[in-house]
Amino acid sequence: MDHILSLIIFFPAFAGLLGFVVHKDSAKAYAITVAAIEFFLTLWLWVGFDTSHGGMQFVEFAPLVESFGVSYYLGVDGISLFLVMLSTFMTLIALIGLSIKEDVKNLVISVLFLEMTMVGVFLSLDVVLFYLFWEMSLLPMLYIIGAWGSGERVYAAVKFFLYTFFGSVFMLVGILVMAYLYFQQTGVWSFALPDWYAMSLPLNVQMWLFGAFFLGFAIKVPMVPFHTWLPYAHGQAPTIGSVILAAVLLKMGTYGFVRFSLPLFPDASATFMIPIAIVAIIMVIYTAMIAYAQEDMKQVIAYSSISHMGIIILGTFALNAEGITGSIFLMISHGIVSGALFMLVGVIYERRHTKLMSEFGGLASVMPGFATIFGIMLMGSVGLPLTIGFVGEFLALMGFFKVSILLTALAGSGIILGAIYMLTLYKRSFFGVVTNEANKNLIDLNKRELTALVPLVILVVLLGVYPKPILGPIDMSVKKMISLMEYKASEPDTKDMLRRVNTIQEVR
Amino acid sequence: MLPVSIDLAALNMATLMPTLILVIGALALVCIDLFVPNLKRSFYTIVSVLIILIATGTTLGLNSGERGFFDMMLMDGIAIVSGLIILITSALFIPLAMSSKRFHEFAMGEFYGLFLFMIAGFLFMVSTDNLILIFIGLETASLALYTIIAMHNRLKAIEAAIKYFTMGALAAGFYVFSMLIFYALTGSIEISTIVNVLYERQFDPLIGVLGACVFMLAALGFKLSIIPFHTWTPDVYEGTNAALAGYMSIVPKIAGFVVAMRLFEMLVQSGVTWLEDILFFAVILTMTLANLMALVQTDVKRMLAFSSVSHAGFVLAAILIGSTQANVGFFLYWILFMFTNLGAFTMLWITRNKQNLWDQRFQHPFSKFSGMVKVAPIAATIMGVFMFSLAGIPPFSVFWGKLFLMSAAVNEGFIGLALVMAINSAIAVYYYMKLVVYMFLKDPVSKDGSIYASNATTPLKSIIGFALFVTLVAVVFVSPLIDFIAHHVVASGF
Repeated sequence: MDHILSLIIFFPAFAGLLGFVVHKDSAKAYAITVAAIEFFLTLWLWVGFDTSHGGMQFVEFAPLVESFGVSYYLGVDGISLFLVMLSTFMTLIALIGLSIKEDVKNLVISVLFLEMTMVGVFLSLDVVLFYLFWEMSLLPMLYIIGAWGSGERVYAAVKFFLYTFFGSVFMLVGILVMAYLYFQQTGVWSFALPDWYAMSLPLNVQMWLFGAFFLGFAIKVPMVPFHTWLPYAHGQAPTIGSVILAAVLLKMGTYGFVRFSLPLFPDASATFMIPIAIVAIIMVIYTAMIAYAQEDMKQVIAYSSISHMGIIILGTFALNAEGITGSIFLMISHGIVSGALFMLVGVIYERRHTKLMSEFGGLASVMPGFATIFGIMLMGSVGLPLTIGFVGEFLALMGFFKVSILLTALAGSGIILGAIYMLTLYKRSFFGVVTNEANKNLIDLNKRELTALVPLVILVVLLGVYPKPILGPIDMSVKKMISLMEYKASEPDTKDMLRRVNTIQEVR
Repeated sequence: MLPVSIDLAALNMATLMPTLILVIGALALVCIDLFVPNLKRSFYTIVSVLIILIATGTTLGLNSGERGFFDMMLMDGIAIVSGLIILITSALFIPLAMSSKRFHEFAMGEFYGLFLFMIAGFLFMVSTDNLILIFIGLETASLALYTIIAMHNRLKAIEAAIKYFTMGALAAGFYVFSMLIFYALTGSIEISTIVNVLYERQFDPLIGVLGACVFMLAALGFKLSIIPFHTWTPDVYEGTNAALAGYMSIVPKIAGFVVAMRLFEMLVQSGVTWLEDILFFAVILTMTLANLMALVQTDVKRMLAFSSVSHAGFVLAAILIGSTQANVGFFLYWILFMFTNLGAFTMLWITRNKQNLWDQRFQHPFSKFSGMVKVAPIAATIMGVFMFSLAGIPPFSVFWGKLFLMSAAVNEGFIGLALVMAINSAIAVYYYMKLVVYMFLKDPVSKDGSIYASNATTPLKSIIGFALFVTLVAVVFVSPLIDFIAHHVVASGF
């Protein structure tokens, strides 16, 4: 299993290139096969993954631009392992659920390229390599939203692209400054993350660099007030685009916080903890309120995504093992649940060509299977105990509870709001009598849709009841990272704070 | 009067060989044209390529730091690197004459003669530090270039040539004025002596130095199309054929840059703040305003013209920063930019039609490329790659130049400059993306993909293929390229 990470990254891209010669009628089947192989490769990675230690595994290293310190440096730990698995799994599911017929070959090839960039982002240990995949992920998504979307698709696609690109150029400057500081300290050029981890910086430098990285990540997440691109993108994107965007692409931002911001700038993270937490809480409550006011089902889910991302940010900036582990678990659960919800909205949109709640009502009696799965996913989304959403949300909030009870309580109220808008959505679309003639003869889920959705349902319940196989490795790596943060922190205040928030040990 | 006796060995003819070969080759081509009429353009093209290749070979054979011809020629590291860039770009450009449509200028033997003279002129410019020889090189090259543009024989082309000529004449005037002041101040026309004398006198009288520098900056500014001397650029690019426009966005500029580098880098280091300030504003304005103007263009060629102005501003930052890394970054950027930009303009060139099918005025309006991916997927993807590369999206070639140059800015403490560079990259993405949006996201205007390849032939396709290959796998040879450039730049003391 020497080069398995390279294999996992480049297999979909290579298959995508070869996909140009596959006939367009078989393109979808081809893509599903490739995505399935890719998923099994990541399963194999999981099997081979040593869960007993939290460091980087399967490391690959080769110099790329030697005189400038850029290298081809890959590695996987508990934090990235499950995000990689989420990427490959959701790509597979999204491809199975794909119903677009027009130019399907171009679409699936784009999705396969996108899969490469997503996996690449999570596996890169060299910052330039990370940036490379980070930027490249924009291109296929631009094409997917712009070419197969609806309504103002071109506007939405360009807005998505420009927002995220604008954020990341600041990150690029931050990366270069960081590399220079490393050069100053050691006399060697290096963009390797583990090298950078070993470097301590004074607080004021950390603050600036934290800001530069923050812009890049915050726009991707997206944090309020940089969130306006997301509802647009979701509103116009085709189902497969929304699923991948919500399930994986947004997680790149929060992953960036965990992988870069916290361990590289521990003092700045501690300093900005409360301000960021306040923004996160605004995110949770404000977008929950907007979600309640939406008429369009897809917009409700889009805004609820932002709301949940707020909890993830909050957990991350609790700076303790529970919070960060919980937020990473929440990334995975949100990936599964929001992916499923977008897919469900896609199902109904395909049948009725509308997403407005006022057009529906009483769907439960016409499409019982659909209503059941939607209900389960909805429960997962609002974080009902014994569903996947509960575990992460609970841990993230518990982590922040140690920092501030008041702020946690406010964030908790966001969850209640979440329940309100989700249940309203459910009530208005599924309960009652069928009032609209057009809804009388809707067909329930077909085999293709069931194949895509049932695995997600199983996961939602299974991981909700028994999350340990995933939580264990994550927790291991997170603890390693926190001890690194504590070791690196240059301000005594930061050390105190890290110790304080980490004193009560984790709940198993 | 003493008899003049010169030892031939002291002339060190090797330093003159590349230019000499080009001049003799040009004369030979003109003579052949005179005696053997009706030779095909493929003959001229390939013979020109061969002559350029021989010149490239002799350049490669030179040792860094040689002087010759009464110390007029200076073959230092940057002369060799920039000479190689000029020669290789020329060798890639000249086969573009073999398009499937027949154009007036390429049928004439004089075109190729003038072209070789032009290269010789540019080579003179980069391989001397004598202001007069620079001037001669500049004028040789420019006069040849004006004529080449006018030979396109369209109304627009004549207009472009006259515009370029007028501006060029003005710039030449400025240049001579600057040279005059420098000579009056220091009694020398050698850049190194000028700088030394200025340092000795501590830049006294300051007003004189200021005048000379401003005139020089204006003169080079016209050649490099630095704002506010850029006004001719889009019109001239619009009037010339796409291939030549691509060539003009690369080669004349690098010649100008090398002169600017030789003169200004030493002066910027002197701690004279106003010179640094002038350059700083020139860099920022050129990058930003050109980008903003590119945003509103409706024609791809004009958009690329403004974007090339912006790229010029970007690399001008190297002269402001002045460190070795910046100079290496400058050459790296320009080499990578050369392949991508040449590719992009060549893509326009192969879509060239005799008539203006899409727009009254423009050959390449954005709407022409609408939905191109549906009818000509490969061409659209290639064009997309070039656009992404120009926009600085990794891993395509220009990104590495940007990375290196921005890193140089950061390392010398120009964080603000690096941020402006970064923001400008983000602005630039928008207009490059505009073409991509048209190609990939809109509905096609015609069912027939062949209109996008109406001017294509095998040589043109091979050149695009080569440019594409370099653009795609740039990451592999960035490292050796940096080593090569750094070796030469350091050897010549920059």
